Amino acid sequence: MFGQGIVKGLWVTFKHFFNTYADDIKYAGRKYLRQENFEVRQGLRSQGAFTVQYPDEKLAVPERFRFTPFLVTEDTDPARVGEDWCTSCGICAKVCPPQCIWIVRGTDPNTGRPVPQPEAFFIDIDICMNCGFCAEFCPFDAIKMDHNYEMASYDRTMHHIHDKDRLSKPLSYWKSIAPTTALEEANARGGWEHPDVLKAMKKAGKTADKPTKDNMWNVLSAPANQALPAPTAPASPAEAKPVPPAAPAAAAPAPSAEGGKAKFDKQAMLAKIREKKAK
Amino acid sequence: MTVTEIPLVEATTSETAISRLKERFPGAVQDDSRHGYSGVVVDKSKLVEVATYMRDTLGYDYLSSATAVDYHGIADSMEMVYHAYRTAGGPALVFKAQTDRAKAELPSLIDVWPGADFQEREAYDLYGIQFAGHPNLKRILLWEGFNGYPMRKDWREAYYEEEHKPFESRWPAGWVRRAEELNVYGKNVHYPADFDLAKLTDKSEESLYSDLGLGVNVQDLSTENGHLKTDKLVVNMGPHHPSTHGVFRMIVTLDGETIESLEPVMGYLHRNHEKIGERNSWNHNMPFTDRLDYLSSMGNNHGYALAVEQLFATGNKWNPPSYRAECIRVLMVELTRIVNHYWAIGFLLNDLGAFFTPALYAIAEREKILDFFEATAGARMMCNYMRFGGLYKDLPERMHSVANLINDKVRDFNTMEYLSELINERIPRSIDELDEFLTASEIIKSRTVGVGYLPPEMAIAYSAAGPLLRASGVPYDVRRADPYSIYPELEFDVAVRYNGDIYDRYLIRLDEMRESVRILKQILPRLEKTKGEPVAGISQYMPRVPMGESYGRVENPKGELGYYVVSAGDEKGPQNPWRYHVRAPSFINLTALGPMCVGHKVADVVAILGSIDIVLGETDR
Repeated sequence: MFGQGIVKGLWVTFKHFFNTYADDIKYAGRKYLRQENFEVRQGLRSQGAFTVQYPDEKLAVPERFRFTPFLVTEDTDPARVGEDWCTSCGICAKVCPPQCIWIVRGTDPNTGRPVPQPEAFFIDIDICMNCGFCAEFCPFDAIKMDHNYEMASYDRTMHHIHDKDRLSKPLSYWKSIAPTTALEEANARGGWEHPDVLKAMKKAGKTADKPTKDNMWNVLSAPANQALPAPTAPASPAEAKPVPPAAPAAAAPAPSAEGGKAKFDKQAMLAKIREKKAK
Repeated sequence: MTVTEIPLVEATTSETAISRLKERFPGAVQDDSRHGYSGVVVDKSKLVEVATYMRDTLGYDYLSSATAVDYHGIADSMEMVYHAYRTAGGPALVFKAQTDRAKAELPSLIDVWPGADFQEREAYDLYGIQFAGHPNLKRILLWEGFNGYPMRKDWREAYYEEEHKPFESRWPAGWVRRAEELNVYGKNVHYPADFDLAKLTDKSEESLYSDLGLGVNVQDLSTENGHLKTDKLVVNMGPHHPSTHGVFRMIVTLDGETIESLEPVMGYLHRNHEKIGERNSWNHNMPFTDRLDYLSSMGNNHGYALAVEQLFATGNKWNPPSYRAECIRVLMVELTRIVNHYWAIGFLLNDLGAFFTPALYAIAEREKILDFFEATAGARMMCNYMRFGGLYKDLPERMHSVANLINDKVRDFNTMEYLSELINERIPRSIDELDEFLTASEIIKSRTVGVGYLPPEMAIAYSAAGPLLRASGVPYDVRRADPYSIYPELEFDVAVRYNGDIYDRYLIRLDEMRESVRILKQILPRLEKTKGEPVAGISQYMPRVPMGESYGRVENPKGELGYYVVSAGDEKGPQNPWRYHVRAPSFINLTALGPMCVGHKVADVVAILGSIDIVLGETDR
């Protein structure tokens, strides 16, 4: 009979319509109210429509989700709070497919020798293609992919080049957004500490605690602090940076006039380049 | 009953074919003796003859890829590289024709394989090779009036920084700067010597409008045999027509409502992916492949990984992917096929006028697979999951999310349980539902049955690939014809339909989804068995790849996706590809669009285009 196929198709449409409400009745509204029932709505057994009402509710992103990169800073070792994990080796800048990472290698102002600390670190978020290579190839676990995708802003030129201050986030943040991955990485390193600290500890004949879920949030034990020579941060003006107030152990170096030099002055830099080009 | 004589085509290996060629054309066909290269170099004066012999006598009836390579700085020549296959299956016969850089000219193979049409136009557009005998040789991706041939090695783009990444300016003294601040637009753009914007006209389109009878007095039109004598009309469909799924233009010449001719115009999304690819290092290219056919990025990754792995395999330090890595690759690729066909069917129905109900039902199912991709690879669409010799990471134990933003709702599934329910229950159920929903519908049938017919011999000649080719009755599937990965040990059938119309192209997508589910069901126990095997690829961030050429091809959801890569110019093994070419199925499938549309109505064009299933990211590259 002509039209049978259409009727059959409409029956499917009707089932979809009905199923949307069938689940509501079955779970009597709990589907929307309770956090743990979210899986009912957004799992494989959901039927009918299953819209997520953004922004009133958001689908939390899985651990491996990658958005833009951020830099890991120390916050569990009281002696080194706020220090970068980055050693400015430059691998992330080289492996970045669209080349959106700029790193200025730190130098000791007294000797002029390079120090394993970035003096400046920029990521142009407009260029970043969220591929995650920087995090994947970083040998120090110092750069990670963030989960915060809400980054809209009104101005492209000022807000989309992230400098080191904007990029830096403590290690505990990484542990909180990706606990499983962070644990895997710590196991690969051999401890929750920075690879350099672990190396120094090994030299001193100390062993780090085996990373587990339980000691994840522990403040690092004393041996870790003593294993490494006193932090070099205050000695180098380039590294002077505000330290989170929650760190009593680290004496906050006052931001000196020299410290301000490290800050990126774009206009001055551009003027310098123009001058150079004019010659 | 008499049996019609069919000219017998000898099924020989490519080695035998090559020796036959050399026998038949002494002096004109030589082995390509360069290290790491394969196939033959054909003298350009004999190219058409050799190609005809290959097609008619040796049976290489399918031209997969034709592309140019510029050896500026190595040999000061350019060459066209052709990959011809038999639709009966088997490896490629690679042949090349070399030409001078300064005066690049080669005979066109369009008469032998009409599928060379767009590919030769692309080579002309990007390399400036003149193809003698090509009836419509004009730029295809760039605009008429563009200065220079951008894929040549000595051509530099605006905002040019360096020949190769990584750029020196990034480290160790890498103060950030924007290219447009240092180089104001226009300062580094090269204009032709006599460039005048006011006088710039697009000559390529003049001929379209020239023979139209403009200024006809309607009153004078007489009737012949009761029919009104009408004028032709040229309609530009697109680039912003919703049916094009992007920015794509079809210039349609109409007689009344009937299509007289159709010419596709593309390039609105062109970014010279291949030039970027040559600036990039080998690793850098992986995330860029995601952006080609952005609906099936896993398949794109796979093809590129295969192409580069072939080169790695010629070196001495190489570990091929583990068995588990291969299993996960196939898992991802087949899920991608399902994702893509959901999308294709949904939007075909959109084009037919079933506005978004079927599309949204299909997209809703697709979401479930993307959730899995996101938890495994880190992104829903730009997966960037495969690496040379392995994968980014193994499957996660749990698809676990953590609340981070306000109002975040978390989920937590066991990955293997999720997969098994997805593959055994959810996907088959939804395919059946789509089938029940659409297949029998009289409206769909009346719009699609017999429309956009593509006969099998034409499909082969036009180098059509994927569902387009198989719906025309040619059971050609790279997974079976030229197997890769672990497909030889998996049980599945090559889906084939024989009517070659839109309806069959819709049905074949359902068939392929069912076959994919069949493959996935065989993959699941393999995943359980290989648990714990390492899957990581090579660990170098800037690997050196042994010199040579390779062509890696996979059966992507849209058709045969091929990567032709050349590694040259550095004895130690270069860090950057010398040549990186993408044989894009969406692009080459469009060759058949014009002939398919002739004689149909305007409304059918939309449906025919929808049934080819193109993605502009791949078409325009």
